[in-house]
Amino acid sequence: MGVEEKLPSGILLTTVEKVAGYARKSSVWPATFGLACCAIELMQTGGPRHDLARFGMERASNTPRQADLMIVAGRVSQKMAPVLRQIYDQMADPKWVISMGVCASSGGMFNNYAIVQGVDHVVPVDIYLPGCPPRPEMLLDAIVKLHDKIQNMKLGANRAREVTELEQARLRRLPLTASLAVGQSHNPAGGPTMLGTPGFASPALDSPTVSAEGLGSRAAAEPEGAIRRDARPDQAGAAGE
Amino acid sequence: MTTQAGGTGGPAAEGTEGTEGRVYNVAGGDWDEVVQALQDGADPEDTEHLVVNMGPQHPSTHGVLRLVLTLNGETVTELRPVIGYLHTGIEKSMEFRTWTQGVTFCTRADYLSPIFNETVYCLAVEKLLGVEAEIPERASILRVMMMELNRIASHMTAIGTFGLELGATTVFLYAVRERERILDLFELITGLRMNHAYVRPGGVSQDLPRGALDAIREFLGRMPHQLAELRSLMDANPLYLGRTKNVAYLDLAGCMALGVTGPLLRGTGLPWDLRKSQPYCGYETYDFEVPTQGTCDAYGRYLVRMAECDESLKIIEQASDRLAGPRPEHDPVMISDPKIGWPAKLALGGDGLGNSPDHIAHIMGQSMEALIHHFKLVTEGFRVPVGQVYTAVESPRGELGCHAVSDGGTRPYRAHFRDPSFTNLQAVAAMAEGGMIADVIPAVASIDPVMGGVDR
Amino acid sequence: MSENPPPNGAEPDEAALAGQERLNEQVVRTGMFGTQTTGDTSGYGGLQVRRPPPPFTPRPYGSYFDEIADALSTRLEAEGSGFDEAVERVIVDRGELTLHVRREHLVTVARQLRDEPSLAFELCGGVSGVHYLADVGRELHAVYHLVSITHNRRLRLEVSVPDADPHVPSLVSVYPTCNWHERETWDFFGIVFDGHPGLTRIEMPDDWKGHPQRKDYPLGGIPVEYRGATVPPPDERRSYS
Repeated sequence: MGVEEKLPSGILLTTVEKVAGYARKSSVWPATFGLACCAIELMQTGGPRHDLARFGMERASNTPRQADLMIVAGRVSQKMAPVLRQIYDQMADPKWVISMGVCASSGGMFNNYAIVQGVDHVVPVDIYLPGCPPRPEMLLDAIVKLHDKIQNMKLGANRAREVTELEQARLRRLPLTASLAVGQSHNPAGGPTMLGTPGFASPALDSPTVSAEGLGSRAAAEPEGAIRRDARPDQAGAAGE
Repeated sequence: MTTQAGGTGGPAAEGTEGTEGRVYNVAGGDWDEVVQALQDGADPEDTEHLVVNMGPQHPSTHGVLRLVLTLNGETVTELRPVIGYLHTGIEKSMEFRTWTQGVTFCTRADYLSPIFNETVYCLAVEKLLGVEAEIPERASILRVMMMELNRIASHMTAIGTFGLELGATTVFLYAVRERERILDLFELITGLRMNHAYVRPGGVSQDLPRGALDAIREFLGRMPHQLAELRSLMDANPLYLGRTKNVAYLDLAGCMALGVTGPLLRGTGLPWDLRKSQPYCGYETYDFEVPTQGTCDAYGRYLVRMAECDESLKIIEQASDRLAGPRPEHDPVMISDPKIGWPAKLALGGDGLGNSPDHIAHIMGQSMEALIHHFKLVTEGFRVPVGQVYTAVESPRGELGCHAVSDGGTRPYRAHFRDPSFTNLQAVAAMAEGGMIADVIPAVASIDPVMGGVDR
Repeated sequence: MSENPPPNGAEPDEAALAGQERLNEQVVRTGMFGTQTTGDTSGYGGLQVRRPPPPFTPRPYGSYFDEIADALSTRLEAEGSGFDEAVERVIVDRGELTLHVRREHLVTVARQLRDEPSLAFELCGGVSGVHYLADVGRELHAVYHLVSITHNRRLRLEVSVPDADPHVPSLVSVYPTCNWHERETWDFFGIVFDGHPGLTRIEMPDDWKGHPQRKDYPLGGIPVEYRGATVPPPDERRSYS
């Protein structure tokens, strides 16, 4: 926050990025948005065996105003979605989102009227973590990957350049099937709009929050257990989701 | 009171007229001004009543529960719980899956006691099928053992989150440590730590693996000491007693009127437990007590839960003795009727749990009939005769019932779960109104609602 | 359509009469499997299965059910209405007693069941709604499960109301626990409980349109894209049975 406004440039900027990244990743305060079964595994991750405290994350900030990371743990119902967005808005920058579990990542096994089919319809997600529910070790892996991402986050002018590059990559990305490409609404964030769901303008365009594209190490963007897809000529995008 | 996003937005004393009165936007650091404004506010009648929202995202509301409190100073004059923030449409989703696939859905309703959800649903399906007498005995023993393990795990979470919500994080750490051991047992036996899909119509999905009985013995040896440790921390703790004694009072008449069952009912002194009164899965053959307390307060319910953990350990020991005992020649864990029982014997392979190679060899090489049964059961599922049943089990929170309606097909026509948390949560208003706002937390926590079960 | 069982010693061709009446019932299934989406290859495609007559169980019911029926009968007669007037049908199936109660008498029956010492059904398990779309004239059923702790018994009350007039008197005055259950049944089925202190939506958002668990309400899923193929939502897939 204060750092972002008074940034040097060049090699000094790189040093500041490293230090700021290290400081940020070492003390991420989660705003646990524990909803359902994944919340229980999240609680177990905070327990003595898989200890979140060794990452500096045991202080779950109950107020979103002091939180850095929102772990959406569990299924988000239609009634809960506005609340989710409000909590996300109340978080101060820089903030990250892990969608924990398949229900948060994509709606999971509940493909019906009641569940939002993926919280990325509501908030921009940095790490998708599949599992029903994911083991604490899987959650820790996602958190470590997020730390990697945070460590390598760029600041200032570098950041602006990076955001532009990511945007361009997204706009160039093609959908998987031609049928979905036909008749899709113009989504400025790129990529296919899921049928039958409201098109949210991607907030990632405006905020400096990292979007789901690969940043730093490519591995940071791939969710745990993602099967590596061979690059095919018709898929210009990353294996981010 | 709504919080304004960012900035101090001007003096808070200027309220705006909302639908139900003045609305003040609190931006932080100006609480004194707000209170002052209320005291010399426009409406002298309304100066002392404050409507506060304990929103769905809150550390102490035990899940996504929203409580709208009307406060008169520190006293709660009105409490309105708002639920539905976790509504998943489980019951409707089950109508589009086969009877066996329904298990994977219902197991996620009350996610702290998944085995109970599965068991009540499977008991309902078996009752509809009319095969209750043909469920193998070993399957029933396994169901009982898993249910009691789940009961302890659920109570540990209940006690742990109770402590966490009161601000006592040590309790939480002790409780999740114990729960972690039970989850290890679950993982060993069913393959998953939570939401197991272990109990299936006709029996259970697989038998105990090697080493499971030893692990259970070890757990039984260690657990009483851990429970005693937890009790020594809390039973006579003056802070804990101060927060829970004579707090959240609900007597027998209140429980009956509000349909409350489970530890709340047993906390009033009535020893009503479905495992004793209307036994299922062979519970009548186990030796255990039904603990009660007579104090009707949150502390009494805590004591009931701890005592139930001890009783559950007794049952687990008896069940594991039976499982370890001499086994007859043919001791399946799934009903032998080929038109109903899940066909595959599961085995651990290189890539995880799946159909055992023996079974594959059998259906592909030896028996066409077995292949057809396997195919039909997995794709279409078995058909259940027309009718409706209601079965109930004693879940850690109370009477969990399943009302299953069949139209003769392969899918549930309607599967409704009478969830104890849903019914018990109605009682929170009766318990907390008239008390202080700090007593709302133990009230909700002593009901131990699991919002997945409340909202389904 | 005969609602009441025919008296003993009726016409000799009562079976033929029943069959004739059955032909006036509506068709609930065509073809062998009743499937609408894929072809019926059974050869019985022209089969028309009509709605069967509503089942009932004649006396004696067995077990403790007769005691309940007798005690209730006595109380209802003392009240003014009779057993046959209040209770449409009695079904004993799979060890459970179901009383199909006419909606006008629901509150009276429930009150007698609760207050009469030989009945003493103190605990109500709440309302469960069922929507029988094919059952024209009695589509919506409200099912109440009662438990007697004193006598260790169970009982089910069922009320059928048509879609055109989905009103059922509320049982909140007799069993306050039905409060939220009736709100839930209203929310999901549209059954209006007259006399309920505050019949509003409880699970769905307050401004939701429609009653989701009715059979004519879609499941509401979205098609799922996976490796280039699209899987339709569960309620739009082909059915084979």
